[in-house]
Amino acid sequence: MLEYFNFRVVLQYLPMFLKGFLATGWISIISLAGATCLGILACLCRLSRFRLLSSPAVVYIEIIRSTPLLAQLYFFYFGLPSLGIRLTEIQTGILALSLNSGAYIAEIVRAGVQAIPLGQVEAGIAFGLSLVQRLRYIILPQALGITIPPLLGQAIVLVKDSALLSLISVFELTRAGQILTSDRFMPTEGFFTTALFYLILYYLLKLMANWWQRRLIFRELY
Amino acid sequence: MWGYYFQNLLNSFPFFLKGLWMTFLVSLVSLIMGTVLGFLAGIARSSRIKPLKYVFSVYVDFMRGTPFLVQLFIIFFILPDLGIQLEAFQAAVISLTIYAGAYICEIVSSGIDAVPEGQREAAVAFGLNRFQQLRYVIIPQAMRTILPPLVGQYVLLVKDSSVISVIGVTDVTRVGWLTVQRIPEGMMVFGLVGILYFVVCYPLIRVANRLEQMMTHDRVRL
Repeated sequence: MLEYFNFRVVLQYLPMFLKGFLATGWISIISLAGATCLGILACLCRLSRFRLLSSPAVVYIEIIRSTPLLAQLYFFYFGLPSLGIRLTEIQTGILALSLNSGAYIAEIVRAGVQAIPLGQVEAGIAFGLSLVQRLRYIILPQALGITIPPLLGQAIVLVKDSALLSLISVFELTRAGQILTSDRFMPTEGFFTTALFYLILYYLLKLMANWWQRRLIFRELY
Repeated sequence: MWGYYFQNLLNSFPFFLKGLWMTFLVSLVSLIMGTVLGFLAGIARSSRIKPLKYVFSVYVDFMRGTPFLVQLFIIFFILPDLGIQLEAFQAAVISLTIYAGAYICEIVSSGIDAVPEGQREAAVAFGLNRFQQLRYVIIPQAMRTILPPLVGQYVLLVKDSSVISVIGVTDVTRVGWLTVQRIPEGMMVFGLVGILYFVVCYPLIRVANRLEQMMTHDRVRL
C-alpha cells in the first residue's frame, strides 16, 4: 500500500490536519473539564442519603450508560431547536460529550470514593468536620488520587468519541480526513493521517496514565 | 402538532423494530466473531513467543488509539481501492469484529496473566501439553477475571454499532435519522431510539454487574 501513499498530498493538507488536531484537542479539554465537574457532582448526589438527590443521579447515569453517544448527539442536535434553544454545532457537541462522559466519570469517582476506608470518614466526623470539609480534606484528595489513571482512560475514550462530532459538521480531525478524501478522492491518505494524529493523542494520554500509576505505586510503597 | 407527530411516529414504529433487528443482527455476528478473534489474539499475546506478543500489542494499541469511526472509514473506503468490494453490512461487521477483537484480546490476555504462574508449572509437571494446559488449567481460571469485563464489552459493542449507520446500514440510529427528516421532533424520535437501545443494553449492564459481584464474592470465599 505504501507505494500508493502520496506523501505530497498529505504535506499539502498538513496545515488543515494541524488545525483539526488543535480543534479536537480543545474540544476534548473543554468537554473533559465539563464532564469531570458533572461527574463529581453526579457521584456525590448518587452517594447521598437523600432519595431526592440520589435517584435522579442514578437515572442520569444509567440512561447515559445504556444508550450510544451517537443517539445522544442526534437527540440534542435535532431536539434542542424544537425547544427553541439554538446552539452552534460545536456547543451541541461539547454538551453531548460532557453529558456522556460525565456519567462514566461519576462511576469512576464512585469507585474511588468507595475505596476509602469508612474509618477515615468516621474520623473526620469525630474531628467535627462538616460535610464540605470532609469532602475537601479527606474524601476527594484520596479519591481523586486513585481516580486519575481511569480518568485518563476516560479522556482517551472522550478524544475518540469526539470523532463523532464530525457527523454534525464540526470541523475536527476526522472531518479534516473527510475533506481530504472528498477533495482529492484519496481515502488512504486522508484516514491514515487522521488515525496517526489520534494515535499521537492516545500515546500522550497513555504515557501520562502510566506515569501517574507508577507514582501511586511508589507512594504506596514508601 | 405534538400529537400529530406522535401519531406519525407510532405509525413508523415497525421501521424502528426493523432497525433494532438490524442492530441486533450486526452486533450478534460481530460479537461472536470478535470473541473468537479476541480469544485467539489474547492467548497469542500472553504466550511467550516475543514476535506474536509485539504484533498483537501493536494491533491492540492501534485499535484502542483510533476512533471506531475512522476505522470504519478505513475499511469501507480503502478496501475497495485494494480490489475488495464490500457491502455496507459486510464492512460494518468486519470493522466491528476487528474493533471488538482488540478490546477482548486485552481482556483475555490480562485474565490469563492474572492466573498464578504456579498453576501453569503444575500443569507442565502433570505432563499436559500446551493445548491441554490452556484448556483444563489456565482458561477455566482466567474466565473468572475475563467474564465481567467481557459482558461489559458486549454492551460497548451494541452501543458502538450505532456508528455503522454512517455508512448506510439501516440500524436503529439510521432509522431515527431518516425519521427525523420527516418528523421534525428530534427529542421524540431520538428518545424512542434511546429507549430501544436502553431495552437491549440495560439488562446486559445488570448481568455484567451481577457477574462482577459473583466473581468477587467467590474470590473472598476461596
